[in-house]
Amino acid sequence: MSEKTKELVIIGGGPAGLAAAVAAAEAGVPVEEIRILERDNKLGGILNQCIHNGFGLHTFKEELTGPEYADRFIQKAHELKIPSSLNTMVVDISYDAASGVKKVTAMNRSEGVFTIDARAVILAMGCRERPKGALNIPGYRPAGIYTAGTAQHYVNIDGRMPGKEVVILGSGDIGLIMARRMTLEGAKVKVVAELMPYSGGLKRNIVQCLDDYGIPLKLSHTVVDIEGKERVEAVTIAQVDENRAPIPGTEERYTCDTLLLACGLLPENELSRQLGVEMSPITGGPLVDESLETNLAGVFACGNVLHVHDLVDYVSGEATIAGQNAAKFLSEKRTEKNAPDLKIVTQGGVRYSVPSTIHLDTMADTLTVRFRVGAVYKDQNLAVYLGDTKLQSLKKRVMAPGEMEQVILVKKKLEEVREAGEKSSELKICIEA
Amino acid sequence: MTRELTCICCPIGCSITVEMNGNEVAYVSGNNCPRGDAYVRKEVTAPQRTVTTTVAVDGGESAAASVKTQGEIPKEKIMECIKALRDLHVEAPVHIGDVILKNVADTGVDIVATSNIAKG
Ligand SMILES: Cc1cc2nc3c(=O)[nH]c(=O)nc-3n(C[C@H](O)[C@H](O)[C@H](O)COP(=O)(O)OP(=O)(O)OC[C@H]3O[C@@H](n4cnc5c(N)ncnc54)[C@H](O)[C@@H]3O)c2cc1C
Ligand code: SF4
Repeated sequence: MSEKTKELVIIGGGPAGLAAAVAAAEAGVPVEEIRILERDNKLGGILNQCIHNGFGLHTFKEELTGPEYADRFIQKAHELKIPSSLNTMVVDISYDAASGVKKVTAMNRSEGVFTIDARAVILAMGCRERPKGALNIPGYRPAGIYTAGTAQHYVNIDGRMPGKEVVILGSGDIGLIMARRMTLEGAKVKVVAELMPYSGGLKRNIVQCLDDYGIPLKLSHTVVDIEGKERVEAVTIAQVDENRAPIPGTEERYTCDTLLLACGLLPENELSRQLGVEMSPITGGPLVDESLETNLAGVFACGNVLHVHDLVDYVSGEATIAGQNAAKFLSEKRTEKNAPDLKIVTQGGVRYSVPSTIHLDTMADTLTVRFRVGAVYKDQNLAVYLGDTKLQSLKKRVMAPGEMEQVILVKKKLEEVREAGEKSSELKICIEA
Repeated sequence: MTRELTCICCPIGCSITVEMNGNEVAYVSGNNCPRGDAYVRKEVTAPQRTVTTTVAVDGGESAAASVKTQGEIPKEKIMECIKALRDLHVEAPVHIGDVILKNVADTGVDIVATSNIAKG
């Protein structure tokens, strides 16, 4: 087993890993001390199969498709000559607290199994789809049942269609986008059923993927029966009550050969867990501070591995911050972490926040805190308190679980409130009337 | 008459209210930026969409290349555009920006590649 050392190893070459690598290099980490490890045969991550447009409006002021957006960052990484290894799967990361070394174990065909001793690591593994087990119904599992992302890979990368008559369970963005994609490729998408009383996807996708093609969306519905032994022949859906139990008598049967499951994404964090990174039970991703550093000094996280984003622009922005902070960590030669000054608590419909702790000395002048809400809220205020002191409040017309929300904290304001005597270290974000 | 539309120009998806005076747009509200205003004015008169799809690739590292209409085309031309691409095959390599088909479905808009497919 060969051993190497690097200053910075980045796990995952999707938009998060690429932007982090570029930012670290631009912040002064020598490129020969950086290495991106990517298990796929291409850089770009999930964006390579997201061929629809709508990416990059914030970053590039133009509307790009997923592969075009990814290519901008791939080009940048190539220009900077940042080394990356493709077809390389990271299988383990361990942390030696005494030396601060992170031992990254990976494998590929040319090097076999090898380890890299890294001083800093950026976790950018993205997320994966909730497994088929999410489909909690008894009976056969005939062919023709796919996760929506798998179907997206078939159609957009391999150029083949998984079926002709389709029912989709789940109205997250991937489900909506695949409804349109399959329709354009000649399939008949009969219905999109969503368990919750609201869609988990972006409104624009409901308009341009379902409404444009007259595909019905049935909220508060789930699949109760799948017929077919070899291959799916029909799917029955039914309405559910407030406890998500099917209501007898509301069943509707659709003949079809394909059932797509778009039941949401989960951050991909086996490696983070092995490494001993503290995780949020809500996001399934690491808990991080204002620098996007985890509880382990020199281990940073960004992108979908942290929490599921719907906007890749935010992923790139976040990853840039992680890359810059990794560079700073390396130049400071820090080996430990101080206790944070503030802890963010979320209440009243705000489910979690990224980051969840703040060190005031390393906080920039402003800090964007992102989160999701647990239900649909109309005409409510998004408020921030330090202890009992209200820092800010913003009226929002609509907030929904499908859309990521944010508040921007101003360092000066926090310092003023603390100087005026606010002793609490609890920063509360909540929804209020 | 008022119409409630969702702007599709970016993922924020503003809810935009359009006050109509007959066939004329009288007042637009709810948009976060000027793109939303332009979008709803077009949407209530002549809706347009950018179309993204794939074409078959021969001799490439993967069997399909993603493509898009270089600009928007009338919404009712979407299926005609898809049909024009259905039986098209291109040779690898494909580069982002390559023109795959000129003036698709007589819209005056070209189809361009949005992914790089190396020879495989
Ligand atoms: C269907 C769909 C539609 C979307 N639509 C939009 C949209 O319209 N607009 C928009 O702005 N955003 C959209 N997004 C979101 C955007 O694509 C993601 O937010 C973004 O790709 C996340 O980037 P990432 O780098 O964190 O993760 P990914 O792109 O998933 O990249 C992670 C990378 O890490 C690699 N990896 C994982 N584990 C390992 C390992 N152990 N070893 C080595 N490599 C590993 C993976 O192979 C992958 O390449 C969409 C996402 C999906 C899935
Ligand atoms: S109005 Fe502007 S900000 Fe709102 S959805 Fe449209 S493009 Fe986005």
